[in-house]
Amino acid sequence: MGAAMATVVELRTAVALAGRFPALSGVDLSVEAGEVVVVLGPNGSGKTSLLRTCAGLLNVSSGTAVVLGCDLREDRVAVRSRVGLLGHAAPLYDELSARENVRFATRALGYPTDRVDPALERLGLVGRLRRTPVGRLSAGQRRRVALAALVARSPELWLLDEPHAGLDAAARRLLGELVEEAATGGAAVLLSSHEPDLSVPMADRVVSLAGGTITSSSPGGRATKLSVVDLPAPLGAGGSNVA
Amino acid sequence: MWRDALLVAGKDLRIEARSRVGLWQVVPFALLALVLFAFALGPGPVALRAAAPGLFWLAVLFSTVLAIQRSFAIEGGEGTRDGLRLSGLDPAGIFLGKAAAVALQLLVLQLVLFAGVVLLFGARLHTPWLAITASVLATIGLSAAGVAYGALSAGLRVRETLLPLLVLPVLAPVLLAGSRAWAAALATSPAGGGQWLKILGAFAAVYVVVGVVLYGPLQEAA
Repeated sequence: MGAAMATVVELRTAVALAGRFPALSGVDLSVEAGEVVVVLGPNGSGKTSLLRTCAGLLNVSSGTAVVLGCDLREDRVAVRSRVGLLGHAAPLYDELSARENVRFATRALGYPTDRVDPALERLGLVGRLRRTPVGRLSAGQRRRVALAALVARSPELWLLDEPHAGLDAAARRLLGELVEEAATGGAAVLLSSHEPDLSVPMADRVVSLAGGTITSSSPGGRATKLSVVDLPAPLGAGGSNVA
Repeated sequence: MWRDALLVAGKDLRIEARSRVGLWQVVPFALLALVLFAFALGPGPVALRAAAPGLFWLAVLFSTVLAIQRSFAIEGGEGTRDGLRLSGLDPAGIFLGKAAAVALQLLVLQLVLFAGVVLLFGARLHTPWLAITASVLATIGLSAAGVAYGALSAGLRVRETLLPLLVLPVLAPVLLAGSRAWAAALATSPAGGGQWLKILGAFAAVYVVVGVVLYGPLQEAA
């Protein structure tokens, strides 16, 4: 995480409302481009609200909230087409096939539809799975379709709300690869999870949320890996820079 | 906006074609309503023919409520509602697309209902252009106003019961003007039909503009 990295999410004492009720109460958080931040916290701690706030879906009533250069207090709609949110409920139409759902999401942004098939293939949605109405797919397969739509949209900020839920081991590995690819490609990733074992190794930084505020922050597994790789090569070590 | 409208209309129509809710629920409901109205009026052919335009539009009106509810049920889940807000689509385009999809379904429904009116009530159309123009204008008004009010009630838990309460009084002018225009089209002389077309046209224009302007804020409020 170099100093030249652009700040994608900048929240300062941000208070967000879900309807008339406070969902976040004074959150301080920044996420840089290329960074993966994992948010841990118990049920009701505000993880989903934090992600929905960053997606421009919740109203920020006080504090500072800037996402991808857009001030959410002034215009929270502008940021929406630039983020990708994978929530608890997948944004899919049951009667449409996986391909039609991903195609709709891609065309809505005005992107060429030649992104659709590679995204589906990346998520292992090939053959019959691609043509089956998503209402007939399993929860894990639906999750894959929603992820394929994110891949096709290639957002600048990935907001993943408990993305491991319903995924089998292979899909979880694939999710890890996608997050890594997104971050390496310069996107920022904010991921909420109940499962530290699965999510912390993916993270540059892990923050804990309780009662709608950030209570702690620590380095994650990805940061450790990167810092190991970034170590200068020891003299006489045969050119290898891996300890 | 137009590109987005086409995209949304195509999506909604494809979903309807697959789910066949319109075919198996809305159309039978409208025909059933027509038959029940006929039962209520009794077997007299003169009374049935005189009541035919009003009963036709009453059946269309009730079916509009079902079509609107169905249109918003498609986006009823939290995921799809958020998905649409995050899609990058212009809210005005979403409104026009949803209204166009509902309008197309209502036009098909009216063809079926017209056949029902001819068979059950013995109605005969003497001025087809007047009936067709009235149908097109009324359909635009019904779908535009219906989708605008559908957006207003979309996020509420009581939306299924609230929507008819909200929308039926608003659509009353279409019922009145549509019935009168159709009565003129069914009569041997279409005198006075034109003034009802003006009302239908004004209603449609107002609600298309209202929907285009307000759909975004309504979507946010929902």
